[in-house]
Amino acid sequence: MSALDRLKGWEIMMLALLCAIVALNSIWSPYFLSVGNIVNLFQLSIEKSIVALTMALVIIGGEIDLSVASVMGLAACVMAWTFHEGAPMPLAILLALAAGVLAGLNNAFWIARVGLPSLAVTLAGLIGYRGVARIFLEDRAIGGFPDWFNTLGQQALIGPLTAAILIFFLLFILFAIILHGSAFGRLVYVVGSNVQAARYSGVRVGLVKSALFVGSAFVAALAGILYAARLGSVRGDMAEGFELDVITAVLLGGVSIFGGKGNLVGVGLSLLVILNLRNGMGLADITGNTQNNVIGGLLILSVLIPNMWQDLRDKWKGRET
Amino acid sequence: MNWLKRRVRPEQIRELSLLVLIVAAIAIFGSFIDGYYSFRTFNRIASSVAIITVVAVGQTLVVLTRNIDLSVGSIVGFTAYFVGTLIANHNGINPLLAVVIATALGAALGVVNGLIVAWGRVPAVVVTLGTLAIYRGVLVDLSGAKTVTTDSLPEWLTGLPLVNLTPIGNLDIRPLFVLALVIVVIFQFGTTYLSFARRFYAIGSNPEAAQLVGLPTKGIVFLAFVICGALAGLGGFMFLVRFGNITVEAGRGLELSVVAAVVVGGVNIFGGSGTVSGAMLGAVMIGTLEQSLFRLGISEFWLDAVLGLLILLAVGSDAVILQRLRALWGGAELKLVTKKAGSVSGEQSAPRP
Repeated sequence: MSALDRLKGWEIMMLALLCAIVALNSIWSPYFLSVGNIVNLFQLSIEKSIVALTMALVIIGGEIDLSVASVMGLAACVMAWTFHEGAPMPLAILLALAAGVLAGLNNAFWIARVGLPSLAVTLAGLIGYRGVARIFLEDRAIGGFPDWFNTLGQQALIGPLTAAILIFFLLFILFAIILHGSAFGRLVYVVGSNVQAARYSGVRVGLVKSALFVGSAFVAALAGILYAARLGSVRGDMAEGFELDVITAVLLGGVSIFGGKGNLVGVGLSLLVILNLRNGMGLADITGNTQNNVIGGLLILSVLIPNMWQDLRDKWKGRET
Repeated sequence: MNWLKRRVRPEQIRELSLLVLIVAAIAIFGSFIDGYYSFRTFNRIASSVAIITVVAVGQTLVVLTRNIDLSVGSIVGFTAYFVGTLIANHNGINPLLAVVIATALGAALGVVNGLIVAWGRVPAVVVTLGTLAIYRGVLVDLSGAKTVTTDSLPEWLTGLPLVNLTPIGNLDIRPLFVLALVIVVIFQFGTTYLSFARRFYAIGSNPEAAQLVGLPTKGIVFLAFVICGALAGLGGFMFLVRFGNITVEAGRGLELSVVAAVVVGGVNIFGGSGTVSGAMLGAVMIGTLEQSLFRLGISEFWLDAVLGLLILLAVGSDAVILQRLRALWGGAELKLVTKKAGSVSGEQSAPRP
């Protein structure tokens, strides 16, 4: 079975799963297919979905970024603090994005320049950026943002779609083009599948990795700001623990944790599966905790079942010959 | 110099450099904090480090085989809660039996991880990310939102953290600290001298080669996860002893501290190199920083920011020092071809001497 066949097999599997979940949900609950519920389903964890897009690129590039949730918190806290200290809102947002880029540059420096493993660097980032966010806000919660900002986060902008949902779709298209239609995208795959070969063939590996981590942190900062707009107030522990959900969604999308394999269509499908599953279980009064169990089990089974299937087929073939 | 180079490997000097860093940190804290060099400081650091150390020893074995176990925090919470409930309901239970049950419970959870990783060929990150959620989820579901409280536990358990084993002057030697030390010594000697335990290193250095020379790679990876689970179960028991009050949130996020300790301790995240004592030093380093920073008068809100930076510096300086040392070693006597590729850590294909 070639790698390509496997990828296609994965997406068909996710698509079938998605259809089954949507069908079951709409039978169980008459509210499921209403426009309000569908928009709600996206809106309730839109920030994680946005961050999952860049996380997919980072993991395809053979690295991992554990610091995204802390960067979200950091950006939101920088924005809230500068606004609280009297800066106009647009400036506060710009500073928050700048803080995200700085965090990304810091990650990129240690990973691409010093050559440390990204797991170690971004683990330090996970702890450290959260710490910096806490320095800004301590144990306060800052709210009272301008009306236009809260409206942007909570009200529909075009039709039933909110700004965050629009941004998600724009970014999805943008990153799909970058990953699957640009030279940079090919470099990400090359670096992810064999970093040594990439280096010997003259790819500027450090630059590719730097771009990935700065991009990841920038998008995380943007997601943090959108999260703040949706909640209307900011606390130091905002978005804590999101990194696990984001990584789960990416891996469920068929992206290999070892890099070099996967695509954004798979990630998009996996996001839909998770969102529909959670939403459906929520409508059926299943607690968030059991939902976590199901998603965790799904993550393991999604890799385990194809592996076992292949084992069985190999055994069967072996008997035939 | 050549004599030295033949007998000492660069990796051993790396641990020495971590030890120097710890001593330097203590010296710096000592010069700023009045009465820092006291037995109370020692006890405080020792009891906070003990749990992380025990779990980090198991994590080290898993990381050596080029895997990772992210579910340890959930295993600690799971065992702490259920063994706590068991003891609360049967106050007369034999203490030793309680420890055995905790360890066995942890090992059972490790068996699940190990089976899926070794024979299901699912990457360890995927499996343990899943079981991280599932173990915690099962715990929350089964607990019915009850908590274990200190007053429901028997006296031998709540009093255990304050027992003084062998008083040396004013220095109290606490059971948790001794237990952690015993575990580290056993596993340090085991992984150094037992040919069986060297297989963990063999698999992590080169899985294909290990398979080709006929090592039962799957069984060894499985065993690493089981031991890691068992030690996390033991860590859960220690957690129960130390805190007494156990909610379903117990041990959440512990996996990050454990992985941080292992990474700071110089265990290569891509497997094959690192030691148990290094992981312990990593845990001591982080524990010392955590317990000392707030006594410097630094606001508690600064703690994590400084900690993150220090982890980065520890790992960074470690990599740079090791790189220099390897160049020195390779250049002088062995004439190894360690070019750029050999010195850049963070790549799976980097050769490991």
